[in-house]
Amino acid sequence: MADTSINIRRIIVYGIVWVVAAAWLFPLVVVILNSLRTAEEIAQTSMIGWPRVWAWGNYTQAWDTYCIAQTCSGIRPYMLNSALVTIPATLISTLLGAVAGYAVSLWRFRGDSWIYGIVTIGIFLPQQMRLLPWTLVLRDLGLTNTLAGLVMIHTIQGMSFTTLFCRNYYVSIPADLMKAAKIDGAGFFRIFWRIVLPLSPPILIVTVIWQFTHIWNEFLYGVTFTTGTQQPVTAALIALATSVADVPQHGIQSAAVVVAALPTLLVYLFGGRYFVRGLTAGAVK
Amino acid sequence: MSPAAPAAARPPFASLKRLPEFLVIWVPLLISAGHVVTFALWTTWMSFTPSTLVPADGFVGLRNYNAVLATRNWKIAFDNLLLFGSGFVVLSLSAGLILAILLDQRIRGENVLRSIFLYPLAVSFVVTGTVWSWLLNPGIGIQKLVNDLGWTSFRFDWLIDRDMAIWTIVITAVWQSCGFAMALFLAGLRSVDGDLVKAAQIDGTGPVRIYRRVILPTLWPITITVAVIQLQFAITTFDLVRALTGGGPGIATQLPALVVYDFMFQRGNLGRGAAAAVLMLLVLLAVLLPHWTWRAIQNRRAARG
Repeated sequence: MADTSINIRRIIVYGIVWVVAAAWLFPLVVVILNSLRTAEEIAQTSMIGWPRVWAWGNYTQAWDTYCIAQTCSGIRPYMLNSALVTIPATLISTLLGAVAGYAVSLWRFRGDSWIYGIVTIGIFLPQQMRLLPWTLVLRDLGLTNTLAGLVMIHTIQGMSFTTLFCRNYYVSIPADLMKAAKIDGAGFFRIFWRIVLPLSPPILIVTVIWQFTHIWNEFLYGVTFTTGTQQPVTAALIALATSVADVPQHGIQSAAVVVAALPTLLVYLFGGRYFVRGLTAGAVK
Repeated sequence: MSPAAPAAARPPFASLKRLPEFLVIWVPLLISAGHVVTFALWTTWMSFTPSTLVPADGFVGLRNYNAVLATRNWKIAFDNLLLFGSGFVVLSLSAGLILAILLDQRIRGENVLRSIFLYPLAVSFVVTGTVWSWLLNPGIGIQKLVNDLGWTSFRFDWLIDRDMAIWTIVITAVWQSCGFAMALFLAGLRSVDGDLVKAAQIDGTGPVRIYRRVILPTLWPITITVAVIQLQFAITTFDLVRALTGGGPGIATQLPALVVYDFMFQRGNLGRGAAAAVLMLLVLLAVLLPHWTWRAIQNRRAARG
C-alpha cells in the first residue's frame, strides 16, 4: 500500500520535470528544425514542424549570401566581428582581473578595500548610465565604430566581474603560504607566477567562460557604438530578423540564429559546470 | 607582530624597483574604478543640463526630469516595469523553487535536467527574443500550429494584443532565467542540515510538513538574494524587449531602458535621456540599498553571534 503511493508520487514527479524539460527544449528544437526547412514549407504550415525536405542550403545562405540591411554577405562578417571583440576582451579582462584580485586579496596596501569596493559597484551600474560617457570617450580616442573600441569597453567593464571572481577565490589562499614566500624574498610578480597562478585554473576557467558568454551575448553597446558591417552578431541578428523581404525567409533566419547562438551553447555544453559556478558566485557577492 | 610587519610599515612602493608592480596594480584598478565614478557623475550632471544633440553647459534644474516624467512613454514604461518586474520575479521564484524541490527528490537524470533548465542562460536575449517572437506570432507560431491541427478557434495572440503583450515578455524572461533561481534553491536545499530533517522524520512528520516547517524557512536568505538579482535584471531589461516586441505593439511594451535609448539616440535629447537613465538608477537603488543594508546587518549579527 505504502509502496504504490510512493511509486505514484515518483511517477508524478518524473512526469512534471520531464514535461517542463520538454517545454524548455521546445524553442531550441523548433529553431533547429526550422533552420532545415524551406521558406515555402514554413509559409504553408507554421514555424513548428518536421522538415519534409532537408534544406541544408539555408546554412550556406545564412552564412555568406543572405542580405542584412544593404550588405549581402550573410552573418559571417558579424560572427567574425563578435569573435574579434569577444576573444581579446575576455582574455585581457581575465588577466587584469586576476592581477587586480591577487593584489587586493593578498597584498594589503593603502586604499585597497576602497578601490575594490568601487570596482565591484561597477557590476550594478546600469549600462544606460555609461552610454553617453562611452560615446565621448570613443570619439576622443578615435575609436567610434571600431572593434577595438568595443574591446576596450568590455575589458574595462568586465574587470568589475573578473576582479570580484578572482579576489573571492584568492582570499582562501593560506596566509602562511604568502608569508613563507615573502620571507624567502619573493616579490609581487614572482609570487603571482609561482604560487598564485598555478592555483588559479579553476577560477580562471569560470572567469573566462563568464566573460566569453556575456561579451558574446552583449547587444546594447554593439548596436549603439557600431554600424553596418562593423556590428557584432547580436546587433546583426536584430537587423536580420526585422528585415522585410518579399517572401519571409524564416528558414534562413533560423539558420542564422542557430549559428549565432552556437559559440555560447558549445561553451555551455562543455563547460556548463563552470558556467553555473560563475552564476552562483556572482549571486553570493 | 608578524615577521612581515617591518616590511609593511615601510611606505608601499617606496623604491623605484617596485614601480612596475605599482603600475600593474594601480593603473587597471584606477581606470576601472574611475570610469564607474566619473561616468555615473557625468551622466547625472548631464541630466541637469539643457543638452540636446550634443552635451551642453548650463543648469536647468529638474526640467529634464519633469519633462521625462510627463511623457506617456515613461508612464507606460514605468507601469510596465511594475507589472513585468513583479510578475517575472514571482513566477520565476515559484517556478524555480518548485523545480528545485522536484529535482531534490533523488531522481534519475538530475544532471541532464539541470542542464536543460539552465541552458537558456547561456544564450543571448537577442536569440531567445527572436525565437519567441516567432513562436508567439499568431500568424506563424503556436496559434497557427494549433489552428492547423483542427482547433480553428484557438487564439494565442498576446504578442499583438496591447493589453497582453507585456506578458509575452514575462513568459520569455521566466523561461530564460528561472533556471538560475532553481540552481540557487537547489544548492540551498542541499545545504539544509540533514540531522534536522532526520529528527523531524523520526517524530513522524510527513514530507510536506517537513518542507513547510523545517526546510523552506532556511531558504529565506536565498529567496531574497535571487529576488534582488532578478529585479535588477528586470529594471535594466533592454535586449529581450528589442528582439521580442520592439517595444510594441505601439509603445505597449515600453520599458525604462528603451525610453533612455529613445531619448538619447532617436530623439537626440541627451539631457532627457540622461534624466531617464538616472531615474532608472534610482529605481535600481530603491531595490539595492535596502538589500545591502539588510545584508550588512546580517553580517554584523553573524560576526557578533
